[in-house]
Amino acid sequence: WLRLWNLTWFWFDESFILFVAYFSTMSAKLSALHSDSYVEVSQYRDQHFKGNRKEQEKLLNQSNTLYVGNLSFYTTEEQVHELFSKSGDVKRIIIGLDKVKKTACGFCFVEYYARGDAEHAMRFINGTRLDDRIIRTDWDAGFKEGRQYGRGKSGGQVRDEYRQDYDPARGGYGKLAQQHPPVESRNTY
Amino acid sequence: MQKVARLLPEKLTVYTTLVGLLNARNYNFGGEFVEAMIRQLKETLKNNLYNEAVYLVRFLSDLVNCHVIAAPSMVAMFENFVSVTQEEDVPQVRSDWFVYVVLSCLPWVGKELYEKKDVEMDRLLSQIEGYLKRRVKTHVQMLQVWTAEKPHPQEEYLDCLWAQIQKLKKDRWQERHILRPYIAFDSVLCEALQHNLPPFTPPGHMPDAQYPMPRVVFRMFDYTDAPEGPVMPGSHSVERFVIEENLHCIIKTHWKERKTCAAQLLSYPGKNKIPLNYHIVEVIFGELFQLPTPPHIDVLYTTLLIELCKLQPGSLPQVLAQATEMLYMRLDTMNTTCIDRLINWFSHHLSNFQFRWSWDDWADCLTVDLEKPKPKFVKEVLEKSMRLSYHQRIVDIVPPTFSVLIPAEPIFIYKYLDETASTLPGYQLSITLGNAIKNRATNEEILTILKEVPNPNQEDDDDEGESFNPLKIDVFLQTLLHLAAKSFSHSFSALAKFHEILKTLADSDEGKLHTLKVIYEVWRNHPQMIAVLVDKMIRTQIVDCAAVANWLFSQDMAHEFTRLYIWEILHSTIRKMNKHVQKIQKELEEAKDKLEKQQLKRDMDKNSEDEDGQLEEQIERLQEKVESAQSEQKNLFLVIFQRFIMLLTEHLVRCETGSVDISTPWYKNCVDRLQQIFLMHHVTIQQYMGTLENLLFTAELDHHILAVYQQFCALQL
Repeated sequence: WLRLWNLTWFWFDESFILFVAYFSTMSAKLSALHSDSYVEVSQYRDQHFKGNRKEQEKLLNQSNTLYVGNLSFYTTEEQVHELFSKSGDVKRIIIGLDKVKKTACGFCFVEYYARGDAEHAMRFINGTRLDDRIIRTDWDAGFKEGRQYGRGKSGGQVRDEYRQDYDPARGGYGKLAQQHPPVESRNTY
Repeated sequence: MQKVARLLPEKLTVYTTLVGLLNARNYNFGGEFVEAMIRQLKETLKNNLYNEAVYLVRFLSDLVNCHVIAAPSMVAMFENFVSVTQEEDVPQVRSDWFVYVVLSCLPWVGKELYEKKDVEMDRLLSQIEGYLKRRVKTHVQMLQVWTAEKPHPQEEYLDCLWAQIQKLKKDRWQERHILRPYIAFDSVLCEALQHNLPPFTPPGHMPDAQYPMPRVVFRMFDYTDAPEGPVMPGSHSVERFVIEENLHCIIKTHWKERKTCAAQLLSYPGKNKIPLNYHIVEVIFGELFQLPTPPHIDVLYTTLLIELCKLQPGSLPQVLAQATEMLYMRLDTMNTTCIDRLINWFSHHLSNFQFRWSWDDWADCLTVDLEKPKPKFVKEVLEKSMRLSYHQRIVDIVPPTFSVLIPAEPIFIYKYLDETASTLPGYQLSITLGNAIKNRATNEEILTILKEVPNPNQEDDDDEGESFNPLKIDVFLQTLLHLAAKSFSHSFSALAKFHEILKTLADSDEGKLHTLKVIYEVWRNHPQMIAVLVDKMIRTQIVDCAAVANWLFSQDMAHEFTRLYIWEILHSTIRKMNKHVQKIQKELEEAKDKLEKQQLKRDMDKNSEDEDGQLEEQIERLQEKVESAQSEQKNLFLVIFQRFIMLLTEHLVRCETGSVDISTPWYKNCVDRLQQIFLMHHVTIQQYMGTLENLLFTAELDHHILAVYQQFCALQL
C-alpha cells in the first residue's frame, strides 16, 4: 500500500476516500481483535448425549473437559498427562477403550480443574503432535460412564471402521478394509 | 478509534494519519477526539493500566506529526511527566514509568518536538539524565537472563532506551524505520489548525497503585549473527527499539490466534530491510525467558515457533537451530529459571519434529562434571523428552556416547518383590496384604492385618497401634502402589479406595514425611509419577504442603536437590496452597455480599432475622477458615525460606573453613532456586514481607543470602 500514497497524494479528496477505504478494511480486522476462534465450540454434537441440543451446548460452553482424537493406540496416559499439563493442572484423564478388547483405541478425555486451562489447551496444544501424530482437541460435555468406549461396530472408533489408509499406530487398515482388502493388494505377490 | 489506538499500537501511524486528515476537514472533530483521548488516558492511569497508557500517550504524540496537536503543548505534557522525578517518598517504579513514557515517544515525535522547542527538550532530557543517574538498580541482577556481560550485555530497560535516544539525538532525530503515512499528506495536513493539549497533571501516587515492574532488555543476536541479507540494527539504535516494541505488540494483540499471530509477525512492514526472522526469534525468546514471568503462558511460545516454522520452512528452522545452539553455549551463565523454561521448550519442540537433533554437536558436555549446566541441561531435556514419548525412543535418538545422560527406565522398585526380600521385617505382611487387596478386602479387614505390624520405634505396641509406625506405612504403601503401578489412573484409584487408611497412617508430621519417603523409594525412577502422586495426596489431604516442603529439603532428598522435578513439585505445592487461600477468600467475599444484600432487603421488607443469623455464623466460620489458611500459607513460606537459609549458610561456612570457592554448581543452583521462589510467588510473598524481614532475612544473615532478599525488595521500590 505504499504505492497507494505515491499515486494519490496530489488529490486530497480521492486519496482521502482511498485512505478511508483502506481504513474500513482495517476495521474489519478490529472485530478480529477479539477473535478467539481456537476456543470456539465445533459443529460436532454427541449423538448419544442424554438431553437436547440446547442442554448439550450449554454444557459444552462451560465444560472443563476436552475430547482428544487421533491418538496412537500406543500413547499412554502418562504421555497425555505430560503434554496437556503444559496448559494447566489436569484433574483426570480417561483413555478411550475398544469396547470388546478393552485396549486403547486412539482417543481420550482430558479434564481440567479450570476451564481457562482447557481453553489454553485448545489454543496451544490442539493441532500439535503427540507420539508424532497431529492430535485434535474439541470441547466435551463431560465424561459419563460408558463414554470411554469406541462406538464402531468392531469395538474401536467409528473412523477406524471405514478408513482405507494403512495406519500402523491405529491397528493397520480400517476394519472394513481388513475384511475386504483393496483389489491391488490381493493381486500382489 | 480509541480502541484501535490501544489494541493495535503497531499500526498507530495509520490511525493518527486518519485523525489528522479528519481534523484538517473538521477542526471540531479533532478537538473532541483529543479530549476523549485525554479522558481515556486519565481512566487507564486510574485503573493501573500502565502498559495501555503508554500506547495512548504515543498516539497523542504522533498526532503532533499529523498537525492535530501543537508541539509546545505536547512538550508541556512531557515536562509534567518528567516532573514526577522530583516527587519524594514515591516508589521508584512510579517515576520510572513517567520517564519511560516520554522516552518511548521520542522515536515517533522527537524530531518535530526538537524542531519546535529545542531548548525545552534539552532541558527535559537533561532532567531525565540526572534522574537515570540517581536511580537505584539493585533489581537488575535478579532480572538478567545471563550473568555474563558478553557477548551481549543484559541492560536495564531504561538505560538501554536512554542510550537509544541519545544516539537518535546524535543522528539529529533522523528515524527511518517507522512507517509514516502522514508524510504523503503533508501538503494537506500542514494547512490544518492544531489543538493545544489541556494541561495534564499526572495523577498522584496512590498506595494501591501497581506500576509496571522494571525489565532487563533481552538480546541474543547482533549484526554478526545474520550471515547474509539485511543487517540487524545495533543494540542502541532506535530502530531496534521500534522493531522490538512492534513485534511485542503483535504478540500481545494476536496471542490467542497462533496462525494469525505468526502471519502478522512475518508480514511486519519494512521486513525486507531487516533480518526479520532473527528479530522474531529474539523477541519470542525474550518473552519466554522474561523474569519474573513471561507475559503469556509458556506453551504459547512453543506453538508459535512451530507455526512460524510452518510458514517459513526454508529459513526459520535454521535461525531457530542457530538460536538453540547459542543458548546451549551460554548455559553456564544462564539463570536457572530460564534454563528450566529452555528445557521445557526444547523437549516439547523436539517432540513435534521426531526428536531430530545433532546431538553429537554437543558431545563437549560429556567431558565435564555431570552437575555442570550443559550436561545437566541435556539430561533434563532427555528426561522430559522421554515423558512425551517412551524410554526406548530416547535410547534410539542419542548417540551411544550419551548413554550416561539417558534417564532411567521409569519402573517401580518393589522392596518386597520376591524371596530375596524374605528377611525383611515386612515381607510376610506384604504378601498377606497384597492378597487381601487383590481379593477386595474391606477397610476393616485391612486394618486388622495392619494391626499385626510391629512398630520398630517402640518396645511394645500401644493399645490401638495408632502412633507413628514407619513399617506399617512402608508395607501398606509399597504393596498398594505396587499393585497399582500400571498407570496414573490405577494409582489414583488405589489412593481413593484406601484414602481413610492412608490418612490415618499419615496422621502425624512424621507419618506424612514417611509416606512421602516411601513414594520416593518406590518411584524414584519415575519422577513424573512422584509428582502426580504428591499432587493427589495434597488434594485429598493425606499430606499437607508443609510436609512436602520439609520432605524436599530433607537430607534423604539432598542428592536430588538440583533436579528439575523437585522444583516443579515445590512450585506446584505452593500454587495449590495459594489457590486454596484464594478460594476461601472468594467464598468469604461472596457470603459477605450475600449478607449485605439480605440486610438491604430486610431493611426494606422487614422480614425475619433468622437468615441473617445463619449467614453471620457462616461468615464467622469462613473468616476463621481464611485466617487458618493464611496462617498455613505463611508457615509454608517460612519453612521453605528457613530451609534455604540453613542449607546456604551451611555451604558458605563449610567453604569458608575449608578455604574453598563458594561458587560450585550446587551453590549457583541453590541461590537461583531461592530467587525463583521470590520471583514466581512475589504477589503472595508481598503480604508476609514484615514477618520475613523480622524473623529470617535479618542483618545477621550472610550477605550472600541477604542480597537475594534485598534484590527482591528492590523490584517494588
